Amino acid sequence: MFSLLQQAVEVVSDTGTHVEAANQEAAIAAEHAADADLVIVAGDHTVAATENAAGMPQLNPEYFGNLIFWLLVTLAVLYWVLSKVALPRIGSVISDRQGVITGDLMQAEEYKKKAKDAEAAYDKALSDARAEAGKIVTAQKADIQKELDEAIAKADAEIAARTAESEKRIGAIRESAAVDARSVARDVTAELVRRFGGTADDAAIDAAVDARLKGAF
Amino acid sequence: MATETEAETGLAFHPMDQFMVKPIFGDGPVHWYTPTNATMWFAITLLAVIALLVFGTRGRAVIPSRVQSIAEMTYGMVYKMLEDICGKEGVKYFPYVMTLFCFIVFANYLALIPMSFSTTSHIAVTAVLAMFVFIGVTVLGFVKNGMHFLELFWVKSAPLALRPVLAVIEVISYCVRPVSHSIRLAGNVMAGHAVIKVFAAFAAVLWIAPLAILGIIGVYALEMMVCIIQAYVFTILTCVYLKDALHPAH
Repeated sequence: MFSLLQQAVEVVSDTGTHVEAANQEAAIAAEHAADADLVIVAGDHTVAATENAAGMPQLNPEYFGNLIFWLLVTLAVLYWVLSKVALPRIGSVISDRQGVITGDLMQAEEYKKKAKDAEAAYDKALSDARAEAGKIVTAQKADIQKELDEAIAKADAEIAARTAESEKRIGAIRESAAVDARSVARDVTAELVRRFGGTADDAAIDAAVDARLKGAF
Repeated sequence: MATETEAETGLAFHPMDQFMVKPIFGDGPVHWYTPTNATMWFAITLLAVIALLVFGTRGRAVIPSRVQSIAEMTYGMVYKMLEDICGKEGVKYFPYVMTLFCFIVFANYLALIPMSFSTTSHIAVTAVLAMFVFIGVTVLGFVKNGMHFLELFWVKSAPLALRPVLAVIEVISYCVRPVSHSIRLAGNVMAGHAVIKVFAAFAAVLWIAPLAILGIIGVYALEMMVCIIQAYVFTILTCVYLKDALHPAH
């Protein structure tokens, strides 16, 4: 508004020759300005008020009805949509998800239990198999031991029999060897006695040889 | 002539023009039923909320899409706030609290779009929102508790001599609630927008323009926070008032 006046004044000073016209113009401008001022001070319902805001539009009661009416419409529609459509849907989605998660967790728990059972069964089977294997091994060992003992006993008996036989044969050989040695020694003794010019008395020679050979066999 | 003068100096301060209510069709007076720019931005707010909470969740997916997760997080946040403050009985009023929160958040953020109209900057709008809460809570308090609701003002933990004085103070503070409740929101939104507009006017001057633009960016960022904070504060205060109605004893 002041700018209007200022411009009017400038016009006056610039156009010194047309003072009358300028004055008139200034007066009109001032009048306009006054009008505009009035408009703004009153803040009334004219079109001028919609050009620039006067003070705070928030405090202009002219707008209240409009704002409140459309706000109520908006809130009513929003409340209806939220309470009838949006919120039940979101709530059900969330609870569904909770249900799915709980179900999945329970299923997982079940699978875990199954896995544990399977593990236990496997462990049991393994230990059973071990025990069985141990038993089989023990039985086999016992069988083998028995066979081994039998074989050893048989072998021992055979060895004893053979040893006895061998000893008998050795004894016989030794016997014959002793007899042979005695007869050879007797013959040699008799021959020696004869050569030295003695008379060979068989009984004496035998006694002497026997005495000499005693302890050698 | 006025605009020419402004063009010469480069400075035109009209920070409050943005809050004016104008008819969309023609230049007539603003009656209560006239479709105005306010009507348009109320409608846009409404559509935005519906787009998020209804269209965003139309998949009803167990594994949510991005938009659906935002809708669910909003739902979860408001629901938890209400349940934490008011307990299980408060959950009945969840749709209304959610309506308030969604409306204010979307109205605040949509108002940050340049050239838009900020509905929540109008005291008439926030006053209606606050009065709904105030009247609703007061009626609910008397319906639920009868005359026991008045125990809200009778501070039993104070010495007997002090109680009448405290009662007067409590009643006054109770009655001032809708005023502070509404002016807080409208004032925050209006102030931020007006400041941005003032900076914008300064941006027309060459030598100060960089500073002014930085200022706009700064205030805009601040407003981004104010939008959600004010919506949160409005909603949490609604919950607190509701708690008073449900459990008036201190």
